[in-house]
Amino acid sequence: MTPTDASAAIRPRLSALEAAWVIARRDFLAVLFSRAFLFFLLGPLFPVIVGGLAGSIGGQVQREAVSSEVGLAMSAGDNAALLAASQRLAPQLGGALPVLRQVPEAASDPGFDARAFMEARRGNYAAIVTGSLAAPELVGTEGQLRRWSGPVSLLAGSALSAEPATLPRVSKLAVATSAASERSTRIQTAQLAQMLLFLLTMLLAGMVLSNLVEEKANKIIEILAAAIPMDAVFMGKLFAMLGVSFVGIGVWGLAAWGMWSIGSEAIIAVTGFDLARLPAPAVGWPLFIVLGVVYFAMAYLLLGALFLTIGAMANTVREVQTLSMPVTMMQLMVFFLAAYTIKQPGSGLELAAIAFPLSSPFAMLARAALDATLWTHAAALAWQALAVLALVKGGSLLFRKRVMKSGGAGRARKGWMRRPPRNAAEPAE
Amino acid sequence: MAVSEQNLSGNRPRSHNQAAGFTAIPADARPLAIEARGLVKSFDGTRAVDGVDISVPEGAIYGILGPNGAGKTTTLRMLLGIIDPDEGVRRVFGHDRPHDIGRLIGYLPEERGLYPSMKAIEAIAFMGALRGLSLKEGRARGAELLERHRLGHAAGRQIRQLSKGMAQTVQLLGTLVHRPRLVVLDEPFSGLDAINQGKLELMIRALAEDGVTVIFSTHVIHHAERLCEGVAIIAGGKVPYAGSVEAARDRIPAQVRLETRAREGAWLSALPKEARRNGDFLQFPLPEAGVEPLLRQLIEGEAGILSLSIERAGLHDAFVAIAGEAAARQLEADSAANLGETRA
Repeated sequence: MTPTDASAAIRPRLSALEAAWVIARRDFLAVLFSRAFLFFLLGPLFPVIVGGLAGSIGGQVQREAVSSEVGLAMSAGDNAALLAASQRLAPQLGGALPVLRQVPEAASDPGFDARAFMEARRGNYAAIVTGSLAAPELVGTEGQLRRWSGPVSLLAGSALSAEPATLPRVSKLAVATSAASERSTRIQTAQLAQMLLFLLTMLLAGMVLSNLVEEKANKIIEILAAAIPMDAVFMGKLFAMLGVSFVGIGVWGLAAWGMWSIGSEAIIAVTGFDLARLPAPAVGWPLFIVLGVVYFAMAYLLLGALFLTIGAMANTVREVQTLSMPVTMMQLMVFFLAAYTIKQPGSGLELAAIAFPLSSPFAMLARAALDATLWTHAAALAWQALAVLALVKGGSLLFRKRVMKSGGAGRARKGWMRRPPRNAAEPAE
Repeated sequence: MAVSEQNLSGNRPRSHNQAAGFTAIPADARPLAIEARGLVKSFDGTRAVDGVDISVPEGAIYGILGPNGAGKTTTLRMLLGIIDPDEGVRRVFGHDRPHDIGRLIGYLPEERGLYPSMKAIEAIAFMGALRGLSLKEGRARGAELLERHRLGHAAGRQIRQLSKGMAQTVQLLGTLVHRPRLVVLDEPFSGLDAINQGKLELMIRALAEDGVTVIFSTHVIHHAERLCEGVAIIAGGKVPYAGSVEAARDRIPAQVRLETRAREGAWLSALPKEARRNGDFLQFPLPEAGVEPLLRQLIEGEAGILSLSIERAGLHDAFVAIAGEAAARQLEADSAANLGETRA
């Protein structure tokens, strides 16, 4: 071995970014190729699959159990007139009208008692109409009576009119949007985006908590601390976990896309949520998605830097677990602050949520959904990046002081700031 | 601090390296690899290191000798920039911030640390990467080093699958893979069996032969005595002596061992008052006037000299004289504990 040959030509140290890259690369690959990561990826899919199945079954049961059929127990003529009126009005009122069905038991029994029939829990009718068109009587529970008395009255009135109903045609003149409707519909997008950002950061940023425990337990931290600055260790670890998070989001995103492609109708039927009907954000979907990714990265780095520092103070996995509860509560508070300000654009509280680094990505993503101004995002991202750097620097300093027991004189002072050594006697040569 | 600082060149008749046939550059002509002045470090109000001064010339093998808890590791950690001193200055190759020249330094900490799931070859390459070596180059050099140390078969095995000794060797190779100019080893012999200790000694000598400065801490005197050109004796956070091993030994006068036929006689008055009987022998420090006047008096007094030898003091004697009996006893206890640990 010729020890000095390499050192002569090569720079004497790694830059902070190069050092962070060495750490990030190792951590990223170590996590990615661990068995635990597979379970981590599958973890969130289990509740989605189980929830989907349960929702599907539950929806079907509910559809079967909750009837919107109204039974007809009037004279045959009145029944027929009511059915005809229902057919006439269906194009205009659609789902607002009940499905009408003649009660067979009533047709064959002149003394049919609708009240007794319902109380005996026979049939599967929401309510039963008796009496005549002029004086219809609706029998059912309080809730069903409230729901159907209006439509039944309308149908009876229509059936009574001698002439076939000719309803005036409404001509339609659509406008692209209006300020009121745009804002109100986009709030839905803003809320959904915030919720998604929160769920992802809560799910993923917690991983960072235990990130330095292995190094501390295995004493690797000594080797790292001797070779590269602690800021680079922190930064490398953060970016490694961000990379792991993007892999996770990619996998989950693909799975979600696959599920949507296969069963979008079923998902819409079960959840009542249609992604395609989600109002477009103010900045447009492509930019909104880009901003979503960037704000996720920022939220992750900000929370991650804080968690890494907190976790670095812990000595064991048990301590990390104990810390995870207050950390989750803190995440919730940050989210609530940002969520609360969605409906208060331009207020002091919204500005505070934007200025406070931890809630800033959440508040700004909501803003991207509601407001097309772009420069605010550039400013917010610069501010958030600064905050990330400050948190990493502060975290690494705290780690050096509290865990590595460093501090005091720090780097050697230069010039007039140099502190003379104690008993500064010149060394004997 | 009353530091008895001596340059390594001071009254050094023959360094170990010279004894081993190495080409030694005169110490006074060499630039300093490490220079520390007045280093102070306290933990929770207790001074772990209290005004340490150390000068290590480039290319030297230098030992920091002291019992457990004396402040050896804290001193090394300050020299490496892992922790900053509360007071004092340190310079490594003239730099105030050791991280600025991290590429030139290799460090083996006392508490060995490797990622258990990493393969041996990857662990070496990773440690090289921390010091600026590309992973490709690190793997190539790592494979070569493992082969050279007969661990080629372990290159693809995870650290957790290796024996303790093998894992320690892997870490040492990781410390050297980037070919540093300064190697800092904290208790490198701790936990190694006699064979591996011998191998490590050879490795340290080979490094010094290549011009690498090696500084290591130990509580085993014979490692320091056999290997080191210079030592810093540390006890209670202070360094009462830093200088050459030879100069340390020279602080204690040589001991005379005398065996005589006669047990009594007037010749006894010629002996120094420190003379003590130890079995058949009388033992006393060599008189300042030398041995010739004493011999004359013994012959004239008809002592009947059976044997007379003059023995130079060892580093252990020097340690006792410099650091005190209590520190020496603790050092011996630490050595014995370490030996027991190694055997276990």
